[in-house]
Amino acid sequence: MSTLIGDMPQQPMADGSTIPKPIKPWKPTPKQLLPDLLGAITAVVASLIVVAITPLAGGLGLIATFFSVSIVVASTISWIRQDRKAAANSVSTIVIYFLAAFVLLPVVSIIFEIIRKGAPGLSLGIFFSDMSVTSSDAPLNEGGLLHALVGSLYVVALATVVSIPIGLLTALYLTEVNGKAAGVVRFFVQAMSGVPSIVAGLFIYAVWMISFGGTYTTAAGSMALAILMIPTVARTAEEVLKLIPTDLREAGLALGATQWKTVALVVIPAARSGLITAVILGVARVAGETAPLLLTIGGNDAMNWNPFSGNNSALPFYIWKNFGLGTETAIARAWTGIFVLMVVVMIFFTLTRILGNKKR
Amino acid sequence: MSQIKVNSLASVASARSSETSSQGVGLEARSIHAWFGQKHVLSDISLDFYSGTVTALIGPSGCGKSTFIRILNRMHEFIPTAAMAGEVLLDGKDIYRSGVDVTKIRLGIGMVFQKPNPFPSMTIKENVLSGLKLAQIKINNSDELLEDCLVRAGLWSEVKDRLDQYGGTLSGGQQQRLCIARSLAVKPQVLLMDEPCSALDPGSTLRIEETIRELSETMTIVIVTHNMQQAARVSDYTGFFLSDGGPGQLIESAPTSQIFSNPKDKRTEDYVTGRFG
Repeated sequence: MSTLIGDMPQQPMADGSTIPKPIKPWKPTPKQLLPDLLGAITAVVASLIVVAITPLAGGLGLIATFFSVSIVVASTISWIRQDRKAAANSVSTIVIYFLAAFVLLPVVSIIFEIIRKGAPGLSLGIFFSDMSVTSSDAPLNEGGLLHALVGSLYVVALATVVSIPIGLLTALYLTEVNGKAAGVVRFFVQAMSGVPSIVAGLFIYAVWMISFGGTYTTAAGSMALAILMIPTVARTAEEVLKLIPTDLREAGLALGATQWKTVALVVIPAARSGLITAVILGVARVAGETAPLLLTIGGNDAMNWNPFSGNNSALPFYIWKNFGLGTETAIARAWTGIFVLMVVVMIFFTLTRILGNKKR
Repeated sequence: MSQIKVNSLASVASARSSETSSQGVGLEARSIHAWFGQKHVLSDISLDFYSGTVTALIGPSGCGKSTFIRILNRMHEFIPTAAMAGEVLLDGKDIYRSGVDVTKIRLGIGMVFQKPNPFPSMTIKENVLSGLKLAQIKINNSDELLEDCLVRAGLWSEVKDRLDQYGGTLSGGQQQRLCIARSLAVKPQVLLMDEPCSALDPGSTLRIEETIRELSETMTIVIVTHNMQQAARVSDYTGFFLSDGGPGQLIESAPTSQIFSNPKDKRTEDYVTGRFG
């Protein structure tokens, strides 16, 4: 080792004076984008004209015309610029863009509608009071949905606490243990994920209320939600764990670890982000469920801090009830309830994502 | 010890060079720089690749060989943070010039990857002919082409009775030769190989090296390799890349026999004699 790389004389360019500017020659220049831009404008103008002078009136007619004109214009431009293959590529690109926009359209319009109708009922007060002393036609600044918010958090939190261990352990059984019953368990998990939510509610109603003579409680509601949540968590977690390469497991075992230690210290940490997604999907499945709650938590207009005794409300229940009441203010309250439910779910997802993505 | 090694490599290399005759320049890299985000990974690489020859790129891990070879057929741009400077000339025309059809560039400059990657949903026959389908090329005598490609890739005798089996049923070395056959079917001028033998056993490596030798009679081949014996065995020219912690640089490029027997740069000598890297 007589010579080290560091001993070498410095290469030219170390001073940075002759290093050229980094460029991305594969990115189209504005000049190259011009035909595309002109094509897009042509497509818009042409479809407006077509809609104006033909019976293809209305939004649907405009979209249909715009779609066909875009395909024609884009493929013509690509054909002129390159060849038939590029034209075919353009057609598929346009179709995919339109389909993506088609998916976006209802989502955006739902969110827009919820904000438009839900915002008037929003005030700080609704997060600090319940409906126990407020009638359905009272002004929006009276009463609130604290009871429903707390009920929702209770019922979802309890369901999550029950479902996460059961769901994840089921997934571990299916992937890591892979015992004799794995096939049967997998079949039932898949069958369970297709259970209609009201059946889950009816099941708890039949077992808890009718057989055991229990009463409406928050906990009964969360058991119904857990029935819906467990298969979602288990199936997603199973798919995630299946993606972890066998090499990693073998590397752990080859270091003399037991299977339990390998799973706990190697497999699960490697799959962490995906397992968090599994839980999120599970929560998303149940957060807005209404039908099972109607049969299990009974509804309440006042606060109930005890999840194991007495009726309770939840945001979906609150929304359902207020729509049923039918007065103008009640319907406004229902929309506000939808808005709050949406924001709560969004905050929860964002938090979980941030926690899940933290540098390991 | 290292002296013996350098001599033996040099003799292998000179035996190789004596039988080659270089023709025109097939592919030229001019002042290539590359960046990933702010990180400058390749600095001022200029290298000519002659038609009908094999050029080996050697150097320690992380010196930018793979980045460089990916720049040669415009695969670099698939990395979102990537940027570059310089020109790559194929038949005297820059493959990065504006308005060029990138699919035609990649059709002319094929690539074989480090890990054999036959398409899992296709049979051996379909794999070889997949390039025609993907690049939408129509030909009449596909069976002839199939046999021709497999023969040139040195795989025909092993698979001629099982052309309808899936590519995944072959061994690693056979899969890699299948991938070479697949690249040949679209008749590229240049074939880039990024450590094509690093996942293979010595027997398969030998077969692939024979294949490379045969192919080099009709095309320009660039091969990245960590195996110095391989560079000495298969290549006519060798480029030595090195990074001193900064961007990777081309320290020396010369006929392979010269790199292994009489390198100009001390660092090249140290590397080929195994003193570092």
